Amino acid sequence: MSTQEWTKAVTVTVNGRRETREVEHRTLLVHLLREQLRLTGTHIGCDTSNCGACTVILDGAAVKSCTVLAVQAHGHEVTTVEGLSGPFDGLSAVQEGFRQEHGLQCGYCTPGMLMASTALLSEQPDPSPEQVRHALEGNICRCTGYEMIVRSVRWAAEHSDGATP
Amino acid sequence: MIPAPFRHITVETVEEALAALVEFGDEARLLAGGHSLLPLMKLRLATPAVLIDISGISGMDTVQVDGDHLLVGALTRHRTLELSDLVAREAPLLGHVAGLVGDPQVRNRGTIGGSIAHADPAADLPCALVALDGVVGLRSVTGAQREVRAEEFFTGFWSSVMEPDEMITHFRIPRTGSAGWAYEKYTARAQDWATVAVACVAGRVVLGAMSDTPLRASAVEQAIASGATAAEAALTAHEGTNPSGDLRASAEYRAHLATVLTERVLLRSGYGI
Repeated sequence: MSTQEWTKAVTVTVNGRRETREVEHRTLLVHLLREQLRLTGTHIGCDTSNCGACTVILDGAAVKSCTVLAVQAHGHEVTTVEGLSGPFDGLSAVQEGFRQEHGLQCGYCTPGMLMASTALLSEQPDPSPEQVRHALEGNICRCTGYEMIVRSVRWAAEHSDGATP
Repeated sequence: MIPAPFRHITVETVEEALAALVEFGDEARLLAGGHSLLPLMKLRLATPAVLIDISGISGMDTVQVDGDHLLVGALTRHRTLELSDLVAREAPLLGHVAGLVGDPQVRNRGTIGGSIAHADPAADLPCALVALDGVVGLRSVTGAQREVRAEEFFTGFWSSVMEPDEMITHFRIPRTGSAGWAYEKYTARAQDWATVAVACVAGRVVLGAMSDTPLRASAVEQAIASGATAAEAALTAHEGTNPSGDLRASAEYRAHLATVLTERVLLRSGYGI
């Protein structure tokens, strides 16, 4: 088998930009994002589909980019933390919520938390604290104890004014 | 962690997928959502040379009514089952359990076909499918189709009656409607596999993670049928089980959990009150 057969070109729309890259078939989406597109906001934490630090939004749904092949994202749309923006001095309501309510300490899990929370609010604009906790079951934070993260998401729900979170 | 090298090929029909399975034989694995397979590949517990990506096969990710059954396509994602009004009405245990698989990110990718094919005895959907007396629809390259009752499908840890040249195309799930049902699982962490799980629907009681396959709790079912209280019936839950001891729990603790969770599901399902 020639090396040609181990790679293929994938085209993914990332944060609104169409990007085409040659990847090994085994390349994970998180590696395409971080190493080839240099979007290092998406973090690798556990690398075993547990911690959620690598969460990105794929066609509107939160996914763990360490457990998606780059070739599986071919022809699809991905939003990473770099793609978030909004009316709060450039930040989205979710990002500003984490600032206002101190929803982070070391910050390592934060990109994943922001993306999972953004996906939640796009489906459920006004979730209860209980619903926020369930929606973030796939994201692990070792600093905050989650209380301030839940408050951050609630802040975003209260300040999104019906706009895209 | 990065999987060992492999070739990724895409197919658009069941026929193409089956032809590829025959062409590449034991070297190949089917890829749908990838949420059982890719973690194994990253740990190098699985090293297929070819992944046959079936996620683009159209028409295999829907749920519809077929007489007394729901017909569920193998590519239906957990999230779809979780949110489906039809499933909530006709087989509420299925929708509820689908909503408890892993975490939201996992449910957005994982498929029922993948979870059943993976045949993990601690997984949610295998337990629910046996409780529902569901049927697994298989097709092979010769065009032969067969349907296997879920209870007979699982043969051991990560093992089933599925032949290497077969793939799951659909499930037929009895419309249990308003029949009493409940599902309980104990997990060490929110998104974890079940330490023990118990499903109950329409008088059938099934244990997860108490053996190398989901297991009917026949003694419990018989006790309930002969008028025992939920507490009395639950005391027989460990009969015929073979739980393992591991980092999550000892075998003795699993047997204890099976009793506690069985009583809860019986009461919530309306049995032995």
